[in-house]
Amino acid sequence: MEKGKMNFMELNFAARSENEGFARIAVAAFLSRLPLNLDEMEEIKTVVSEAVTNAIIHGYEEDEQGAVMISTFYDQYAVEIVIEDHGIGIADVEEARQPLFTTKPELERSGMGFTIMENFMDVMEITTEIGRGTRIRMVKNLVKNEMLCN
Amino acid sequence: MSLRVDMEAIGDILIVRLDGELDHHTSEVLRSQMEGQINDTDVRHVLLSLKNLHFMDSSGLGVILGRYKQITARGGDMIVCSINPVIYRLFELSGLFKIIKVKDSEEEALHILGVA
Repeated sequence: MEKGKMNFMELNFAARSENEGFARIAVAAFLSRLPLNLDEMEEIKTVVSEAVTNAIIHGYEEDEQGAVMISTFYDQYAVEIVIEDHGIGIADVEEARQPLFTTKPELERSGMGFTIMENFMDVMEITTEIGRGTRIRMVKNLVKNEMLCN
Repeated sequence: MSLRVDMEAIGDILIVRLDGELDHHTSEVLRSQMEGQINDTDVRHVLLSLKNLHFMDSSGLGVILGRYKQITARGGDMIVCSINPVIYRLFELSGLFKIIKVKDSEEEALHILGVA
């Protein structure tokens, strides 16, 4: 994204489950001026919820001392959302990306988080390091509809 | 940002109506309330109405699948009704529609379960 033409905001909050709702509403509120339809806005809220929940349950293993960071950027072409934790990291990213794979079946986790993020966004990248944390970068393009009209 | 869980029994069917948002935070409440109701009563089938559910993520899929397993282990069935388009796609992606029946309305679902 070109500096000067983009808008951004950053959030830093405790890894507590009651903040999941706050996180997705805050991102949606920041993006409310963009030409996103209701379903697209719901998709963005869903992927924010997935990534924040992963940070809380898997990154910090529900240790509420941890912090989750969200950076959101947009310009006229796209929305970019980066969600980071300084938790335990992911040992096997390819395995974690598989639909229905979960390391915590006893918590009734569905194993669908990364699959949903991939499907609801145009780009989804995972950067992770054991003992250092995980960073999820997601992009949703805004120009699809305009290009179809032209 | 909360979830209201309304439960009503009609015969051996437990109707569970969700109002609000179902995520990791609220899924624990739903899990414990439904688990208790299914274990403590002679409920055979579950009808889950999502008509007033405004938000759901994969934590919701997990708790719904958990209750599906619980009710089918007792020889019962689960039907989900009134799903909005974005939540519908979550069900589709997870393959949950292969095992859980879906109906447009509570009336249709009750009809399938042999009531009304």
